[in-house]
Amino acid sequence: MLLFSGGKDSAVVLRLAVKAFWPARLPFPVMHVDTGHNFPEVIEFRDRMIESLEAQLIVASVQEAIDQGRVVEETGPRASRNRLQTESLLSAIEKDRFDMVFGGARRDEEKARAKERVFSFRDEFGQWDPKNQRPELWSLYNPRINVGEHIRAFPISNWTEMDIWQYVEDESIELPSVYFAHQRKVFERDGMLMAESPYLRPTDDEELFESTVRFRTVGDMTCTGAFESTAATVREIIDEVSATRITERGASRADDRTAEAAMEDRKKEGYF
Amino acid sequence: MELVRIATTGSVDDGKSTLIGRLLFDAKQIFQDQLDAVEDASRRRGTDYVDLALLTDGLRAEREQGITIDVAYRYFATPKRKFVLADTPGHIQYTRNMVTGSSTANIALILVDARNGMLEQTRRHSFLASLLGVPHLVLCVNKMDLVDWSEERYDELADEFREFARRLDIYDLRFVPVSALKGDNIVEPSANMPWYHGPTVLELLEEIHIGSDENLIDVRFPVQYVIRPHRHDFSDYRGYAGKVSGGLMKPGDEVVVLPSGFSSTIKNISTHDGDLDEAAPPMSVVLTLENDIDVSRGDMICRPHNQPHASQDIDAMVAWMSEGPPLRPGAKYAIKHTTKWGRAMVNELQYRLDVNSLHRDDAATELSLNEIGRIRLRATTPFFFDEYRRNRETGSFILVEEGTNNTVGAGMITGQTA
Repeated sequence: MLLFSGGKDSAVVLRLAVKAFWPARLPFPVMHVDTGHNFPEVIEFRDRMIESLEAQLIVASVQEAIDQGRVVEETGPRASRNRLQTESLLSAIEKDRFDMVFGGARRDEEKARAKERVFSFRDEFGQWDPKNQRPELWSLYNPRINVGEHIRAFPISNWTEMDIWQYVEDESIELPSVYFAHQRKVFERDGMLMAESPYLRPTDDEELFESTVRFRTVGDMTCTGAFESTAATVREIIDEVSATRITERGASRADDRTAEAAMEDRKKEGYF
Repeated sequence: MELVRIATTGSVDDGKSTLIGRLLFDAKQIFQDQLDAVEDASRRRGTDYVDLALLTDGLRAEREQGITIDVAYRYFATPKRKFVLADTPGHIQYTRNMVTGSSTANIALILVDARNGMLEQTRRHSFLASLLGVPHLVLCVNKMDLVDWSEERYDELADEFREFARRLDIYDLRFVPVSALKGDNIVEPSANMPWYHGPTVLELLEEIHIGSDENLIDVRFPVQYVIRPHRHDFSDYRGYAGKVSGGLMKPGDEVVVLPSGFSSTIKNISTHDGDLDEAAPPMSVVLTLENDIDVSRGDMICRPHNQPHASQDIDAMVAWMSEGPPLRPGAKYAIKHTTKWGRAMVNELQYRLDVNSLHRDDAATELSLNEIGRIRLRATTPFFFDEYRRNRETGSFILVEEGTNNTVGAGMITGQTA
């Protein structure tokens, strides 16, 4: 199964998979872990991609997990469903007994991800144990598992944000419109511009204003920040990325700012 | 753009972190928020300098203990090349990590402190780079500022290293006198060492020719996957997907498939973006053949007059990576070589190699974690392999412990048992 969020990294992994199996169709389904707090542009893009590839889509819904009482939602103005995705993902893996899950994580994104293997072993609880990983030599990957365990495979582990954009340009890969400069109502929170949406509203002392922005990563609307940019084409984005002095997660992910090891903790529980 | 893989190894004292930090810093590859985080963390730990090692130490335990446990990967690019730098700790208990980091490297960066000269670990790191077949080795003679930028001292060290390297299998050896701390000869040429006319470290990394690191002579195509599209527009299509592990392949070339021995001719080299006139390492392609013969995953496609060894008996150097049971004669493991799995028994442990002195211990009865030795394996089925020196892809394998499924051994084939 291949995880597809509609973001640029998963769009690249999807393209690689399509090319690897061509002229056969994808021999596995595509899964979207849906927090219910999506950019409408991203959902529209996801559905269009799946249809054009004649692929099978599985949606693992966080809303459903909340409704069924499997998880409890965070409260407060900083509430996010980011962490809740883990349960939905693991349930979906267990339900269809997937042996292997392809993801678009990159080592350069975040310091805990930098230590992740290309073939990352998960035990029967979906847990990642960073101190007990299989050595990975040459291109001899070890996918062997026992029943109930699975492997997360990250084919673009060694790609950087710049590699992604250059590949998007070379391959003319289509992406959701939110990656490109557009007009949007935003407010400032923790040094980031957050999009106003049905899921996230400014508090009384946060001022709403319209600005020309784009998103550098695309995730849950409640924790993905925008920034002011006029880069409207892939070429302009490449120029912008080559000039930037801030990493993409530093610029746009509220979820990694909570603690130095926030990502490591989520990953150990089975997060992407 | 060309991608270059670098393996670097060393301990805190030899200035390795400073060198990497300097390389990334001067090549403007550290982001502001990363630098802020490192400055923050350094302050909290009460160090009075910015500890650039904190950039690569990703896990909580690593930061708490101030050590690198695992291989840390850093990515940087210049207008000429892209680099993946695998940074591993240098102590002997991390031999496993060094072996891993070196397995895919084009260039090994090794540091010596100009004051101390060659230490035991310099020899160990150089030996491991040579064992893993890293084609280019760059010895950085560091802390030149502390020996008054002395050309004489540098020459002395270079001679000593050359003498030692004669016992190793090193294809391309380079030397650079540097001061990582002051930045001399890292990115910018040093004004303090006008006697040195060679390239800086970054210039070397940008210029070392890696194009011929791949084997372009022996055609080797391990079949990874058989593609049957089941689409009306490709109804009779049968393609063999894989990565070219050696040689140049062209449509019209006569080929033979192992183990069946059936021969055919390459009809097409196809990709999603169209057919190709030629395929070479490290391209991933799909081959179609003129004849409808039986080919499956794990089979090897090669030329009739240039075939790999086909044998159940394999001689190899093996690096043991398991924290669990040691390798002992008689033990059975799963083995993965190219795209093929099988089972193998250790028939014989011929010797254990001391990675510091290169002394061979013929009396050894087992290999524990981080130990390296020469073994003879007997596999349940023939494998199709070359000597590791000739081809890193068809000459390497891993051993996997059945039951736990852990990767426990890394093997470099020296030949087939006579």
